[in-house]
Amino acid sequence: MSVLAQGQVGDPVLNSVVFGAFVVITLFVVYRVGSRGSSTTDYYAAGGGLTGVQNGVALSGDFLSAASFLGVAGAIAIHGYDGFMYSIGYLVAWLVNLLLIAELVRNTGRFTMGDVLAFRMRQRPVRAAAATSTLVISLFYMLAQMAGAGAVVALLLDVHTKGGQALVISVVGLIMVFYVLVGGMKGTTWVQIIKAVVLLLCVVLMTVFLLGKFGFSLTALMEQAAANNTKGEKILDPGVQYGATPISTLDFISLSVALILGAAGLPHVLMRFYTVPDARQARISVVWTVGMMTVFYGATLIIGYGASALVGSERILAATGRENAAAPLLAFEIGGTVLMGIVAAVAFATILAVVAGLTITASASFAHDVYANILRRGKADPISEVRVARITALVIGILAILGGILANGQNVAFLVALAFAFAASANLSTLLYSLFWKRFNTTGTLWAMYGGLGSCLVLVFFSPVLSGAPTSILSGVDFHLFPLSNPGIISIPISFIAGYLGTILSRDKADPAKAREMEVRALTGIGR
Amino acid sequence: MTQVVGRRAASSTAPPTPSATFGGIDGRAGTGGASGPDFDAIHRSPEFTVLRARFRRFVFTLTALFLLWYLSYVLLAAYAHEFMATRLTGSISVGLVLGFAQFASTIAITTVYARWARRRIDPAVARLHERAEAGR
Repeated sequence: MSVLAQGQVGDPVLNSVVFGAFVVITLFVVYRVGSRGSSTTDYYAAGGGLTGVQNGVALSGDFLSAASFLGVAGAIAIHGYDGFMYSIGYLVAWLVNLLLIAELVRNTGRFTMGDVLAFRMRQRPVRAAAATSTLVISLFYMLAQMAGAGAVVALLLDVHTKGGQALVISVVGLIMVFYVLVGGMKGTTWVQIIKAVVLLLCVVLMTVFLLGKFGFSLTALMEQAAANNTKGEKILDPGVQYGATPISTLDFISLSVALILGAAGLPHVLMRFYTVPDARQARISVVWTVGMMTVFYGATLIIGYGASALVGSERILAATGRENAAAPLLAFEIGGTVLMGIVAAVAFATILAVVAGLTITASASFAHDVYANILRRGKADPISEVRVARITALVIGILAILGGILANGQNVAFLVALAFAFAASANLSTLLYSLFWKRFNTTGTLWAMYGGLGSCLVLVFFSPVLSGAPTSILSGVDFHLFPLSNPGIISIPISFIAGYLGTILSRDKADPAKAREMEVRALTGIGR
Repeated sequence: MTQVVGRRAASSTAPPTPSATFGGIDGRAGTGGASGPDFDAIHRSPEFTVLRARFRRFVFTLTALFLLWYLSYVLLAAYAHEFMATRLTGSISVGLVLGFAQFASTIAITTVYARWARRRIDPAVARLHERAEAGR
């Protein structure tokens, strides 16, 4: 059937050895640097002692999920230019973080997004909303990563039975939980750093090799890519994937908007800004991330077209994992089993590291926002708070494993784009309003968060993602009312409008003294 | 230069250093108002007002610019297929050049902002910090 199933590509033993080496090295590092301190700052924010460069590399590690690496390279290999739009959106998105979010968030909060949002609002309702949104986004994001894990396992270890894949997913999930429990934020950060560096090196080497193979002529590479793609020359221009109907074009615009506005609202990205000592280091973090992203996403274009040129779109789509197999297959084509092993192991490590980052974020939000500030009304002692965070991490880890096993093989790639739409709708509007609009109040915050989150969920429920299209999750039923797969273009404005209306229509007044304090803190970092 | 940063009460607030020692003490952010620096006085000071205006003008302008530029690019890719498919040389199309121009502009904005913030924001913030410390 597929090339991989015939066992012609890759060597499961070698792949396992490369991946095993990654796990052993990272476990060793996590053990060495891991904070055995039980303070909340140690566990959530690595003691606030990372340098901007370390955090910038770790941010790249957090952000470059399996969707970015395997997904974008595959999308370019199959759909050409339209796939490249993902690369551009993911990169430009960092400017929102750089200019409006990173430094101000670093100065106003301590551990979670809820810290910033609840700063001058009524603590309990706002923290509950922030925690809800953090948990929903993290779980969706995590499910997407874990669901992809099954496909990578099949590719990497040649395990094709569902039971075998479930076993491997469980083992991976347990390693991830171990990273988080032993290493806390510091250990998790080092996993991200190691992964980001290996991933980037790998991608750069493949790119240089590909360019060299085609005499450093982009035209030669692209012509070969078009020749080996069933869609031919069309892949070099926009419109292959999204240009068919006016609706799909609108869907494309909706996705593009959600991509650039979503990155600044992702809870696991926001939480990283607390690991550095001051705003200047937070800025340096983003500068480094932008640098690494530029190299990475520039390389995805070459790798994507390279996969089409050397492997061909038909072979990619026939392989286990379909689009996601483009990068590993290309690696085999240019570097044999060794490079294929490295690329597959790096992809697997990517899933592992991103899920670890999501787990620590979700557990921090539950322990800090829900347990310490809502249930204990800010009077929890740090030791029990960290204990709650660790227990939560364990529970989330188990949920991730179960989710990964259940979602294995499902069409859930949309979940990542959806997590971006959620983040842009629920979090970005509230963050910007509370940082820049004095009158913004508790009611406005709640309306914006629940309005954005709720409209996203409703629109997705009635979208072709769930029913009514050949690619829908549920087949055989059709209750779709909303034509777009990505709700961003509607739900993001809804969230901004709801925040505005909630603020001006409600009787509760913003606390002007707190608003002034927040302005001073956000810009200067005084008092932190 | 007038005295701008006063104090309300004796402080137990830790200085803004990376020290982790105060991390475990309070679980909440932004609740130290009563015993911290006098934020109202800082907020009123002309130094802060100027800094805030300068910061907002710069970042809002840059944000508007890059959003507009990105949206134009997305709309071109969505609706102007012919134009984007125009070949400049070999297989290099207008679309590809504009795509890489997004990369270039992102790098440019990042560089410009980082340099500007280092020269125009960091020193002003450091001065406000000194006053807040001195006012203790």
